[in-house]
Amino acid sequence: MAGLATLSALVVLAPLFFVLLFLMRTGLGAINLEFFTALPGPAGEPGGGMANAIVGTMILGALAGALGIPIGVLGGVFLAEFPNTRLSHATRFTADVMAGIPSIVMGLFAYILVVLPLRHFSTLAGGIALGVMLLPTVVRTTEEIVRLVPQSVREASLALGIPQWRTQLSVIIPTAAAGIVTGIMVGLARIAGETAPLLFTAFGNRFWNWDLLKPIAALPLQIFAYAISPFEDWHRQAWAGALVLVALVLVVNVAARYAAGRQVRLR
Amino acid sequence: MATVIAARTFRPAARSGDRLFRLLLAAMAAAVPLILGALLVALLVEGWPAITRFGLTFFGSSTWDPVARQFGVLPFIYGTLVSSALALSIAVPLGLGVAIFLAELAPRWLRSPVGFLVELLAAIPSVVFGLWGIFVLVPWVRSGLTPVLKGALGFLPLFQGPPLGIGMLTAGLILAIMVVPIIVAVSTEVMRAVPTAQREAALALGATRWETTRRAVLPYARSGIAGAIFLALARALGETMAVTMVIGNVPQIKASLLAPGYTISAVIANEFTEATYDLYVAALIYAGIVLFIVTVLVNVVARLLVARVGRGIEAGRE
Amino acid sequence: MKEMEAERTPGRAAAALIDHTGGIEARGVHAWFDQVHALRGIDLRITERKVTAIIGPSGCGKSTFLRCLNRMHELVPGARVNGEVLLEGRDIYAPGIDPVLIRRQVGMVFQKPNPFPTMSIYDNVAAGLKLAGERGRHRLDQVVEQSLRAAVLWDEVKDRLGKAGTSLSGGQQQRLCIARALAVSPEILLMDEPASALDPASTLRIEELARELAEDVTIVIVTHNMQQAARVSEQTGFFLNGELVEFGPTQRMFTNPQDKRTEDYITGRFG
Repeated sequence: MAGLATLSALVVLAPLFFVLLFLMRTGLGAINLEFFTALPGPAGEPGGGMANAIVGTMILGALAGALGIPIGVLGGVFLAEFPNTRLSHATRFTADVMAGIPSIVMGLFAYILVVLPLRHFSTLAGGIALGVMLLPTVVRTTEEIVRLVPQSVREASLALGIPQWRTQLSVIIPTAAAGIVTGIMVGLARIAGETAPLLFTAFGNRFWNWDLLKPIAALPLQIFAYAISPFEDWHRQAWAGALVLVALVLVVNVAARYAAGRQVRLR
Repeated sequence: MATVIAARTFRPAARSGDRLFRLLLAAMAAAVPLILGALLVALLVEGWPAITRFGLTFFGSSTWDPVARQFGVLPFIYGTLVSSALALSIAVPLGLGVAIFLAELAPRWLRSPVGFLVELLAAIPSVVFGLWGIFVLVPWVRSGLTPVLKGALGFLPLFQGPPLGIGMLTAGLILAIMVVPIIVAVSTEVMRAVPTAQREAALALGATRWETTRRAVLPYARSGIAGAIFLALARALGETMAVTMVIGNVPQIKASLLAPGYTISAVIANEFTEATYDLYVAALIYAGIVLFIVTVLVNVVARLLVARVGRGIEAGRE
Repeated sequence: MKEMEAERTPGRAAAALIDHTGGIEARGVHAWFDQVHALRGIDLRITERKVTAIIGPSGCGKSTFLRCLNRMHELVPGARVNGEVLLEGRDIYAPGIDPVLIRRQVGMVFQKPNPFPTMSIYDNVAAGLKLAGERGRHRLDQVVEQSLRAAVLWDEVKDRLGKAGTSLSGGQQQRLCIARALAVSPEILLMDEPASALDPASTLRIEELARELAEDVTIVIVTHNMQQAARVSEQTGFFLNGELVEFGPTQRMFTNPQDKRTEDYITGRFG
């Protein structure tokens, strides 16, 4: 029986190994300076890069953060500080529901909300789709982290004659800040890899775009478009893009684990 | 002391600073259900033309013909369900195996790295799995797996048809890879939550490690594991990119796992930007609503099941 | 705060921080945790500029009583208070009184040292003032130094005020907490078993500190250690089952207790 369990572990981890292997093998070969600095080339011709897609992903991430972080952190603090109100139960429940909604449905939401009125695809729509996906993650991790702040810290502050709101804002939240930031980073890494909600919101763009009301390129969109194209050079660039994406996600996850480990040791 | 003394209960005086800050926090918290509400309203409003036009025949019809303005989602429901079922049938035994490995059998120094690797598997974006699916898994299924299956079980209707590589089977495989980490993570946590006292009692009675797992741990963890399965199911149902890159995207209902298929999320992904008229868009949104309702329901059931484990353990302690 | 020069002796340092101090008097104080009647009609006058010890077995209500003096008890859900607590002749529980202001006047140091984890030593001590809006850098510097001198910690940390508060040893952290409490110039300082989590050497230092500080700020110290009460205080109150059994000069309490129950406790027959 132990043998079977060990075998399962090997079978399950094998795809991880294979995916990483192919990413390195095919992707590394196509990574060069041009990849990071050039725009996509014309169809069928070799060369070109994903510079605009990489920057686009960062812009979309920033937009998503602008939506998801303030609401998420403050909402999470509310859940931790006032855990038993009706609003708290409602917020917790809806956050859990939202976390389970397929990402493509979030794309539909942003489409209806932004693309329809504006009559075309836009960076803003993509940012909102991703922001709505980031929100429940930030709310839940913030609540969890703030709850972990020991009562003794709160007592120390109140006993000094510091009002409750000041205690929450200037003592409790800063004490929880490291954990909250970690949660946000993990959430951002997750949405950076999302493709489906961007298909009909950000839509993709072959050129640079700094206009929030116009479509924008994004790394996962570019990977998808290249992967299903008939051009071999584009296939290799898709692998390169995937390598960059996975590297990003990996780094954030490792950093988050390390930070979480340190927090535990501080206690 | 018998006399009742009227005691004053002192709420710390709600200073204006406290009230304002609380209001700010509450407003942000309220934004969450408001956003979900807006989502529901938006979907219903834009999907309404299709809902009123097709109603329940939407679910019974296999005809998805945008040109003729006929929209029936049966093939997509079929594809979604079959690919997810296939994925679970592979992922559940494997995932449980790994969970048992991690929670009960693995030496301490191995638990953290293996757990971490499983987490990494979960962190890989869908489109990267799809990419790997197209260029690695599909060729392997075509030239490696399919001949073997046909050779051994080719008489079954499940394995009829030409070895295309793309199709329901590949989609099921890739979904299995993607949902296995959920099964592992939740099941491991649930099994670890079972109090050591249970295990120790069994071991003291002379049970082997496996018997301990089977008799002392798994029964407690049962509803939690069921919850894990439902969470994995919800994820599989909603998965878009990896599926659409390997399933073939043909709206048909075929018995064979080797045949191409289509899922709800895949058709939305592929056709939404091509939808040239309002009813087309509304039909796709209607399909999205269906997906939404099903995944939310499955998720809610999953959470209730996982919550029951906590209560079961508490009850067991008494 | 009075004008001062850098003083060496801690007593003086505290004097520079504390405007005035007085006594505090409890009249008919009852306290509940939900249905549990934790304090039953406590009448107790704490004299100014003295160390008053509160002793008694576990669960007798001594910590609860302490927390009624700075309106911390009511922060527990389901907690209730009745009776009066007079500070400068006025009841701190009168309607309309802001508990936040009371807690500035009546400071508290806890059993387990609890410096703010994300703040430096400097910021910890300055926290009470900063979070009340004090911005003046010079004034903050002065108060921080005086408070750390008063807590006999200045020499040990003056070169590393920017280091984390949690980087100090247990005994040092507790003195940091005392400095932090003194920085807001309280009239009374409550100490809830301040040395019970510390090693013997640190314990003696805290006791010494309490005696010195009492010249400038009234100290009330809860302790489960009778020898400590005997060493540190001039007056002692003995609590049992939520009641104040006896209160009087420490020497008399330990050599010639008036109540049999006090005698039993002192001689170790229970508790």
